[in-house]
Amino acid sequence: MGFDVILRELASGFGQTMMIFALTLVFSLPLGMIVYFGRASKFKIVSVAVKFYISIMRGTPLMLQLLIWYFGPFYLWKMNIGGGYKLVAIILGFSFNYAAYFAEIYRSGIESIPVGQYEAARLLGYSNSQTFLKIILPQVVKIVLPSVTNEIITLVKDTSLVYSISFIEMFAKAKQIAAAQTTVVPFFVAGAFYYVACLVVAWVMERIEKRLDYYR
Amino acid sequence: MNLLEMKHIKKAFDDTEVLYDISLSVKEGEIVAIIGPSGSGKSTLLRCATMLETIDGGEIFYLGKRAGWVGDGKAAFPKKEERKEIQSYFGLVFQSFNLFPHYSVMKNITDAPIHVQKREKEEVYETARRLLAKMGLSDKADAYPCQLSGGQCQRVAIARALALNPKILFFDEPTSALDPELTGEVLKVIKDLAAEHMTMVIVTHEMNFARNVADKIIFMDKGVIAVEGTPDDVFASDSPRMREFLGKLSREG
Repeated sequence: MGFDVILRELASGFGQTMMIFALTLVFSLPLGMIVYFGRASKFKIVSVAVKFYISIMRGTPLMLQLLIWYFGPFYLWKMNIGGGYKLVAIILGFSFNYAAYFAEIYRSGIESIPVGQYEAARLLGYSNSQTFLKIILPQVVKIVLPSVTNEIITLVKDTSLVYSISFIEMFAKAKQIAAAQTTVVPFFVAGAFYYVACLVVAWVMERIEKRLDYYR
Repeated sequence: MNLLEMKHIKKAFDDTEVLYDISLSVKEGEIVAIIGPSGSGKSTLLRCATMLETIDGGEIFYLGKRAGWVGDGKAAFPKKEERKEIQSYFGLVFQSFNLFPHYSVMKNITDAPIHVQKREKEEVYETARRLLAKMGLSDKADAYPCQLSGGQCQRVAIARALALNPKILFFDEPTSALDPELTGEVLKVIKDLAAEHMTMVIVTHEMNFARNVADKIIFMDKGVIAVEGTPDDVFASDSPRMREFLGKLSREG
């Protein structure tokens, strides 16, 4: 198999990789904020439930969670899953997992905002939502950007876990070709794809960090 | 009618009583300075007056409107509309300024009037420019707080509070976080406000300033008002605690 063929095969798989990556971000970034509010809730029943959810998400392997999301409905509740469910299970699994991590990152940012900011906002007459959206959130974004960048870079590589439920994206294809052609070249090519993707993510996040650098 | 009336205020944090029985009133145009040792409850009193803390006993009135009281053993407040109206009567300048770091000086000053009081942008910008000129910071309109000195930040904080046209302005140790050089420029601003008869309650350690600017001085100690009166009366007081406090100050000179 020529090198250009390997490249083409992996590139098409890379499209799937990027789709999982993008969909997960779209869902998990906002979901993380909802999870944070649940964790910070005044209602004990909500905050305890959310803390438990976060501990499970962070305390068990993502691959295990994917297997449960995918096989769970059939083996547990005898639900017949159609072919399209595989992608749904993947996005659900990734989103709920990453939302837990983002929630904790957001919490670290929000709790580091000095209470004086809240007090000043209160004295100036801002409502609770105005205070959060105009005063607190913009400052939190700047503070948590490096941590969020870390998670996003990890996500690029975590997409390879979907091979465990036989979803064909770039990593699965690399494995297939490597096995079929008994060569390790596909792995190196896949590695290069991941590396370049991570470089792009890091570059984009750095640009955003620079734009937010107009104040300290 | 007094602008601010605080009657028999009690406040405790967990089991520690901080305010025992504080009553004070402020007339319109009056300038009150609150002095006293650390831990005497000065800041707590201000925070109760500005509703940052709830009270455990007593009542607070602004222009005759009941702003805070205790009902059924819990702190009580008026309904939303009246509460918002009362909150618009006062402003607070913090010891640590608490400017919004991601807003420029101009935005710090104009954002609340525009988005909270819903005033016309042009009028607010005009007011902000006038206030900055008064503070001597006209050239800093587009600067960010991280680029300003402490004294400049505090003056922006004062402008930010004034932009909302409060009836009474509270100051919680406005110069305590500033070195002596920067303290002067902030005190000058407050003196100018005093000359314009802005009603003010200032918690401060600057004794000379308090003596020169205030109409009434309140000396607090361990959660009660120990001495109260005109600057001359208070500084000449026979109260042993007062003498001890002033004595410590002059020794440090």
